[in-house]
Amino acid sequence: MLDKQGIAKRIAKEIKDGYYVNLGIGIPTLVANYIPDDVDVILQSENGLLGMGPFPFEGEEDADTINAGKQTITKLPGSAVFDSAMSFGMIRAKKVNLTILGAMEVSENGDIANWKIPGKMVKGMGGAMDLVASADNIIVAMQHVNKAGESKLLPKCTLPLTGINCVKKIVTELAVLDVLPGGGFKLLERAPGISVEEIIKATAGKLIIEGDIPEMVI
Amino acid sequence: MNKVVSDADAAIRDIEDGMTLMLGGFGMCGIPEKSILALVKKGVKNLTCISNNAGVDDFGIGLLLHQHQVKKMISSYVGENAEFERQLLTGELDVELIPQGTLATRCMAAGYGMPAIFTPAGIGTEVAEGKEVRNFNGKDYLMEMAFNADFAIVKAWKGDRLGNLVYRSTARNFNPVMAMAGKVTIAEVEELVEPGELDPDNIHTPGIYVHRIFKGENYEKRIEQRTVRKRDN
Repeated sequence: MLDKQGIAKRIAKEIKDGYYVNLGIGIPTLVANYIPDDVDVILQSENGLLGMGPFPFEGEEDADTINAGKQTITKLPGSAVFDSAMSFGMIRAKKVNLTILGAMEVSENGDIANWKIPGKMVKGMGGAMDLVASADNIIVAMQHVNKAGESKLLPKCTLPLTGINCVKKIVTELAVLDVLPGGGFKLLERAPGISVEEIIKATAGKLIIEGDIPEMVI
Repeated sequence: MNKVVSDADAAIRDIEDGMTLMLGGFGMCGIPEKSILALVKKGVKNLTCISNNAGVDDFGIGLLLHQHQVKKMISSYVGENAEFERQLLTGELDVELIPQGTLATRCMAAGYGMPAIFTPAGIGTEVAEGKEVRNFNGKDYLMEMAFNADFAIVKAWKGDRLGNLVYRSTARNFNPVMAMAGKVTIAEVEELVEPGELDPDNIHTPGIYVHRIFKGENYEKRIEQRTVRKRDN
């Protein structure tokens, strides 16, 4: 079973040289720590920055330089700053190659729910609806089951949706799965020490298993 | 031409109860903190505020919420504010949550003189309820209307007395698109300079969009999430 760092490490392998990438809050943010040195990537932060760098050294925080999670960050050489309309313009126009975000539920046709739980305080969708509506390449990083032990990979989402037919790949603590265009979660890899049976048990939606499923290499 | 006013009080002098205001900033980064303090002092009520976030309890728009000056918030994310949550749950405050890109682009549309935009954000979700959907090239898009705000209040780094503005780093965020979108636009700046001192090739907001400008003193620029890394010795 993978921990959060493990999920982030596995997702980092999906990032290709030359990509512009938008990382959501939570596990997706950790992905930046595992991008190999020989893979040249530019991180987009939707508050208006391309070329996001690591956290500043203590004492060098700049209140004017934050990421979309409102954390103090740095700008790398070659970075560019722009306004919020342009930021979502480049997202809508599919200039960002890969979007990685968290989810509460994903359905077997690629619908995602990640912004609202009825009856709880709703904080808002931020930029998530814009990102999932436009990006061609969306990877979800999440736990396979919720705290109650219920599967988060479902035939149909039960929570209010963030977007429809959009998730392409899911990486959880148990498995890597593709969401097929015609519907269904295709099992690609098992987490170390996890059996196919355990993944079947944790997946409520249609699971497609073809041949031997390799253990993931991270 | 001189758009300079003496201070925040003078800049917001004719903002009245019930008006719709745009307020720039992302989190607490690049918010017009001096104008917000002046609005708190003036005590105008029943405001509709269009702003990506709603501040925290003791800073930014949170200060207006504490004085019950806000009737409605139009935002994309409002999480960091206990008084906000209380007023929302008691029904004192109306909140319209909209996708962040939609928020920015509805401002942009107003500033570009376009009545509406089409965006895929929200298709298939509750955001789409009651809105016109159009299909272009096989994909559905929601029609979203340009905002109509009585005042836009923005914060820039530098500005001149003609209202030309330059922002600094990610404090730019919503400020340029809101500056273009107000019937009256107020800009507060850290440095007020003479015309000619700003490079015409590097103006972010041309002065034609700005009606009033003033220099704010002693910006607090509060940091919401102070994240740092240790130095390797």
